Amino acid sequence: MSEPSYPEDLRYHPEHDWARIEGDEATLGVTWYAQDSLGEVVFYEGPEVGSSVVKDEPYAEVESVKAVSDVVAPLSGEVIEVNPDLSDAPEAVNTDPYGTGWLIRIRLSDPAEADALMDSAAYSASLE
Amino acid sequence: MNPEVDTAARDRTGPDETPQQADRAVTIFEKSVPGRRACQLPGSGVEEVPLADLIPSHLLREEPAGLPEVSEPEIIRHYNRLSRRNFDLDTGFYPLGSCTMKYNPRLNERVAALPGHARLHPATAPGDAQGALELMYLLQEALSEICGLPHVSLQPSAGSQGELAGLLLARACHADQGRNPGKVLIPDTSHGTNPASVSMAGYEVVKVATDGQGGVDMEDLRAKVDEDVACLMLTNPNTLGVFDRNITEIASLVHEAGGLLYYDGANLNAIMGQCRPGDMGFDIVHVNLHKSFSQPHGGGGPGAGPIAVSDRVEPYIPRPQVVKSEGEAGRPAYDLDFDRPKSIGRLRGFQGNFGVFVRSYAYILSLGADGLAEASRTAVLHANYLKSRLAQGRAGQYLPVAFERHCMHEFVLSGAPMKRELGIRTLDLAKRLLDFGFHPPTVYFPLLVDEALMVEPVETEAKEHLDDFAEAIESILEEAEQDPGIASEAPYTTPVRRLDEVGATRRPVIRQPD
Amino acid sequence: MAGYTPTTPADRDRMLETIGVDSIDELFAQIPEEVRFDRELDLEDGLSEPEVHERLAAMAAANRSTEQAPSFLGAGMYDHYVPAIVDAITQRSEFLTPYTPYQPEVSQGGLQVMFEFQTAMSELTGLPVSNAGLYEGPSAAASAAYLAMAATGRTGLVASRGVHPHSRETLATHAGGFGAGLTEVGLVDGLTDPGELEAAIDEQTAVVFLQNPNFLGSVEDIAALGELASARGALLAVAVDPMTLGVLKPPGECGADIAFGEGQPLGNRLDFGGPSFGFFCAREENIRRMPGRIAGETTDLDGRRGFVLTLQTREQHIRREKATSNICTAQALNALAALVHLSWLGREGFVEMGALLARRTAFARERLSSIEGLEPLHEAPVVREFAMRSAGTPVASLLACPSGTGPSLPVYPLGRDYPEFADSFLVAITEQRSRDDIEWLAAMLEGASA
Repeated sequence: MSEPSYPEDLRYHPEHDWARIEGDEATLGVTWYAQDSLGEVVFYEGPEVGSSVVKDEPYAEVESVKAVSDVVAPLSGEVIEVNPDLSDAPEAVNTDPYGTGWLIRIRLSDPAEADALMDSAAYSASLE
Repeated sequence: MNPEVDTAARDRTGPDETPQQADRAVTIFEKSVPGRRACQLPGSGVEEVPLADLIPSHLLREEPAGLPEVSEPEIIRHYNRLSRRNFDLDTGFYPLGSCTMKYNPRLNERVAALPGHARLHPATAPGDAQGALELMYLLQEALSEICGLPHVSLQPSAGSQGELAGLLLARACHADQGRNPGKVLIPDTSHGTNPASVSMAGYEVVKVATDGQGGVDMEDLRAKVDEDVACLMLTNPNTLGVFDRNITEIASLVHEAGGLLYYDGANLNAIMGQCRPGDMGFDIVHVNLHKSFSQPHGGGGPGAGPIAVSDRVEPYIPRPQVVKSEGEAGRPAYDLDFDRPKSIGRLRGFQGNFGVFVRSYAYILSLGADGLAEASRTAVLHANYLKSRLAQGRAGQYLPVAFERHCMHEFVLSGAPMKRELGIRTLDLAKRLLDFGFHPPTVYFPLLVDEALMVEPVETEAKEHLDDFAEAIESILEEAEQDPGIASEAPYTTPVRRLDEVGATRRPVIRQPD
Repeated sequence: MAGYTPTTPADRDRMLETIGVDSIDELFAQIPEEVRFDRELDLEDGLSEPEVHERLAAMAAANRSTEQAPSFLGAGMYDHYVPAIVDAITQRSEFLTPYTPYQPEVSQGGLQVMFEFQTAMSELTGLPVSNAGLYEGPSAAASAAYLAMAATGRTGLVASRGVHPHSRETLATHAGGFGAGLTEVGLVDGLTDPGELEAAIDEQTAVVFLQNPNFLGSVEDIAALGELASARGALLAVAVDPMTLGVLKPPGECGADIAFGEGQPLGNRLDFGGPSFGFFCAREENIRRMPGRIAGETTDLDGRRGFVLTLQTREQHIRREKATSNICTAQALNALAALVHLSWLGREGFVEMGALLARRTAFARERLSSIEGLEPLHEAPVVREFAMRSAGTPVASLLACPSGTGPSLPVYPLGRDYPEFADSFLVAITEQRSRDDIEWLAAMLEGASA
């Protein structure tokens, strides 16, 4: 994906992470901006299923050849699934950050936290 | 201009592939032919008993290690050919910022190779190693004088081990006073080894911001200095090449809070004989002998990172320490002192990188007090001259200096305008410089300068090399105004062209397959 | 003063003019007056090249090197013959004077050397992953501890007293920073005590350190001891003398997770203790926790084979406080020396070297044991070094020159490192210690213990 894109159906965290909220679950990933600043992703190691992530705190790292970036949780919860394909094909984070490049799914511990996240327009504006 | 530059390849007027590019990489393992060999070992001279009679057979190796089978002429040809695929300081200008790529005198290699030095076993009884211990003692004294601190340990293997030693010394020093502070302050311009060493020493890194002059942001520092600060690590001049004018105030702030001051000596080449870390208030200094004191870099080692310390820190320095005593018949005697009950202990085996000490001591003798001072003054002159040259013309337009003031021995440019206006990045400029026969400056460091380019021209380069370098930058920028694509795909003249680092990291192949 | 600076007064004046200042002093005005150094350094003025050479040669002459008399000193560093081609290759400007290969397009020589070195060390140790080199042996032990703590999330370090005392002391120094604790395990009959080892390992043990051959020269049963570590989920780190790996079972075949050690025996001169290099090999699962530089194979944009530094995000210049190590060098020139030496020895010569050492060592131990008052400290198998005990004469007087003014007998007294073996010393063998040299040593010891 070579052009910036920030889908309307997602919520955004200022540390360049997105959340797709579905009931009391959410899928998390990094934004187009984050993957573009990082460059080609060469390695990603996610958390274990069953572990907890805490809003505003790092839960994983993504690596390019010459940079490492913390991935910050936009919401808190328990990890219920990790993207199994990224260990072999981390480039999905670059090519499809909102689709096959998703990182983890969590069960939300406090769905109200989502109120603090930005919508697409606000996030795009924050990048100006 | 470097006569080895392949101008046809550079200007892309020659064939698609240079002869060296056509010569594909083949490893020594791939050159192996069963039955070939180089060495002839002496006979054992004793009974050829079966090995299994000496060592139980289940402890013996079954299959020989897969080392190559090659003749001696092939070995030397292989490595000679490989050597030509390296750029080196003896061939061309190497203005790598913060690395002090100064000339490595051949005299130093010769004296280090004297059998009395090179074939001296490290466990030789001190009485039989008086020359080596005297040399170490005299180097300790010389570094002590240069750093302005009374005690020196030569033991650390490199700057980063010196840093770790310094932090462990700080810990020991505080512990002895019943204190246990947990934080180490580091400016955001610091070398990466600083925070890595802090973590290995079990401290928490606290970053201090840089002000508009390139120095420590005093307000930020005041906000962060408290009784939990074990140490402040500072490089002065810093990695932006500027001397921190507030150093006295910084030192007293940290000292008043009970912390120690650590000086990263990476940039000592700017200040030899001009000012001394000890006089600035630092308690611990490491010195990179492979930078200011001319030890060759060897393609990434060896070096050495001696530390100089104040009286307060001395009880804790690593053991053993070289000491001098009254000998007999008016001749002093040198010994290794292991009896240092408060010492942090060892950082490594034996006494340190003695071969490096020989080279650096020879260098200090060659230059002397006058020469060391002159080296630093010339290094600073050269850096300011090259900075001024690069402030002219297109470089001034596309590559502005990050902090507009006189620099010390190095300076930092920002390629941000170049990226914005010409569409080429600092990396592209660096790669295109290779085609002009120059090693590029350090790129993308320090981190707080966008598209950084860090230039350290050193004192041993002649003015014409500095001029040539400035002209090469001008040519590349002029060329990029016409066709930025040339730099984006550079280099063209090198043994290989741009390499796929992404692929190398995603699927690492780090040894020759069986 | 040596003229390494080419800048003439005329050059200087033109440069000052371009800068727009009148003097170099103006450039130094940024240094606050109160910290400026207002005198000349209290060092001699510079000397000419012949004078420097003379001074350094005089110091060299005041040392008793292994060139002057046979030496049986070892303890981790050994007087092997360094082939002439090692000097010829390592003294080439192209290997001697570059920096770390940060620009791979003009560093293919150095990077390929790293790749070949990694292959050679991987072959020697039987482990798939090698880095391009560390500072030296004992600090490589500290790197192993750091890796093991990260891999296991535990903080206990257990080390046999057969591990080099410098390595154990270095571990203890570093453990103070890491927040780790070090437990030592004693020796019985020259070998690590398996019962004491088993008792020392618990659920908090991150790594167990063994050495083979151990400091007393004994060949340990690494596989058997290592099972005690893996049974409790601890990593097994084995220090090895690389020159013995032609004959001894490689650590990778004995269950080691990490093999490391002092590289000096391979192609590096003694240099009174350094510079040399450390090597560090591990299993695939720890590749991203490795310390130091690693070269990897790749292709350039035209598809040519090439080499780059890889997995760099582990390192300090990128990961900073979260790096796997603070190391910023690979001892590249020393590693090159090792690679050339290994190529020169080759597949067969490397095995022959190990066999030669084992046979001469066995002979020497037997010969010295025939001396009245001397006996082997232990009966365990040895391969290149062994410990002798002097029942009557104290070691200090045994090793001192009879006249009191000449050189000491060049063997390694154990008392400083092992108070329990204060009556013993180590004898090391290389291919440079002939049978005649061994007889010379025997005659000296016979004279001293008589």
